[in-house]
Amino acid sequence: MTDSPAAAPALKMDVRGLNFHYNGYHALRDIHLPIPEKQVTALIGPSGCGKSTLLRCLNRIYSLYPGLVASGEVRLDGENILDPKYPLNRLRSKVGMVFQKPVPFPMSIHQNVAWAIQHHETLSRTELDDRVEAALRQAALWEEVKDKLKQNALGLSGGQQQRLCIARAVALKPEVILLDEPTSALDPIATGKIEQLIAELKQQFTIVIVTHNMQQAGRCSDHTAFMYLGQLIEHGETERIFTNPSNPQTEGYITGRFG
Amino acid sequence: MHESHILKNYDAELARLGQELEAMGAAAAAQLEAALRALEQRDDAAAERVIAADAGIDARESELSHDVLRLLALRQPVARDLREVLAALRIASDIERVGDLAANLAKRCRVLNTQPAVPAAAGLRPMADFAIRQLRDVLRAYVQRDVALAIAVRERDAELDRLHTELFRALLAWMAEDSSHIGGGTHLLFIAKNIERIGDHATNIAENVWFIEHGETPLEAREKRDASSSLGD
Repeated sequence: MTDSPAAAPALKMDVRGLNFHYNGYHALRDIHLPIPEKQVTALIGPSGCGKSTLLRCLNRIYSLYPGLVASGEVRLDGENILDPKYPLNRLRSKVGMVFQKPVPFPMSIHQNVAWAIQHHETLSRTELDDRVEAALRQAALWEEVKDKLKQNALGLSGGQQQRLCIARAVALKPEVILLDEPTSALDPIATGKIEQLIAELKQQFTIVIVTHNMQQAGRCSDHTAFMYLGQLIEHGETERIFTNPSNPQTEGYITGRFG
Repeated sequence: MHESHILKNYDAELARLGQELEAMGAAAAAQLEAALRALEQRDDAAAERVIAADAGIDARESELSHDVLRLLALRQPVARDLREVLAALRIASDIERVGDLAANLAKRCRVLNTQPAVPAAAGLRPMADFAIRQLRDVLRAYVQRDVALAIAVRERDAELDRLHTELFRALLAWMAEDSSHIGGGTHLLFIAKNIERIGDHATNIAENVWFIEHGETPLEAREKRDASSSLGD
C-alpha cells in the first residue's frame, strides 16, 4: 500500500522495478520507491531486509565490487543512474554518502573537508577556505572546530567526527545525501545534534536515511519505507506509517511484534 | 487477537488498560442503575451511597491516566498500540463523566425526595434502561473489539435522543400546569438531560472502538433525534 500520489511533491529520485543480485542471492526484489525532493525518506526494516543494499544502489557504490548485478531503474532527475553510460564522477558529486561508523581521514579537520573539494574542483586558497567553512557551518560543526582546524580529525568526539563526515559530503554540493545508520555509534546528545542537522539540511538536500531506530525515523523523516526480505512492503508519509500502517507486517515490525 | 510483542510485559500493560476500563465501565453503569433506583424508591440513604461511590470511579480514572502516562513515556507505542493507548485515555474520561452524571442524578434525587412524587418521572426508567444497555454493549464492543456492535450502539443513540425529547415535552407540559411544579420539574429535566448525555458518552466510546480498529478514518455523520433544544414555545 502507498499513499495516493495526489499531493506528491516533485521526485528527486525514483526507483523503478529494481532487482539486485549478489553471488546468486536475490537481495532486492522489484523495488518501487519514489524519493521526493528536499525531503527525508527513511528506510526501516530488520537486519538483512535489504535497506542498506537499496541505499547502496542509489549511488551505485556496489559497482566497486565484482559479481553484483542491479537491474531495473534508479532515476536521478529522470536519468537512469544504473545505465553504465551514466558517468560515475557525476553521480558521486550529485549523491553523497555518510556511513554508520564515522571515518575521518587521518589528516587535519580542514584537510578532511578540503581534500574532497580539491578532488573535483580547482580553487584558490581563499575560495577553498570559504568552502571548508561553509561546509563545516552547514554540518553545525564550525563553532566547535574553528580554532583547531589544523588539528587531527581523529581527535574529535564520535559525534563531531560524524558531523565532519557530513561536512565532507555537503562540501561537494551534492543534491542527495545518503545516510547509512549515521547515529548508531553515537550517544543520545550527539544523535540529537545529527537529527537536528538533518532537519536543517533537508532545506537544501534530498536525504535518504537507513536507520534501525524507529523513533529516529519517526522524528526526522517525512516518508518511511518498510522493507522485509528484500521487498518493499509499504511506504508512505511517516505520520501515517507510525499511526495507521496499512500492512500487517509493517504494523508488526514497528510495534515490536515481529518474530 | 493480535500477535504478541517481543516484550511480554508490554502486552500485559496494554491488557491491563482494557481490564481497568472494563471494571470502571461496569462500575459507572451500576452507579446509574443505583441512582435511578434511589430516585424511584425515594431512598436518601441509597442516593448518598451513589454520591460517595463516585470517588471510586474518579480514582480508577486517575490510575488509568497514570498507566497511560507511563506507557507513553516508557514504551513509546506506535500504530495500533498507540491508538489503543490513546483510546483508553479518552474512554476513561468518558466513563468518568458518566460517573459524574450518575452522582449528579443522585444529588438531585435528594431534593426531589422532599417534594411530592412526579408522575412524569416514570419516563426516566425507559431512558435509564436504554442508557445502561448502551453502556454495557459499548463496553462489550470495546473488550471484544467488535466494531459492528460499536456502530450499532452509535446508531441506537438516536432512540435515546427521541426518548429524551418525549420526556422533555411531557415535563414541560406538567410544569405549565402549576407553578409549584417548576422546582421538581427542573430537576427532572436535568436528570433526563444527564441520562441523554450518558448516551452521548457511550457513542464516544463506540467511536473510539472504531478508531482503534481503523485509525482516523472518519465515520459517517449519525442521525440525531434530540429535538429538545428547539422546544419550549
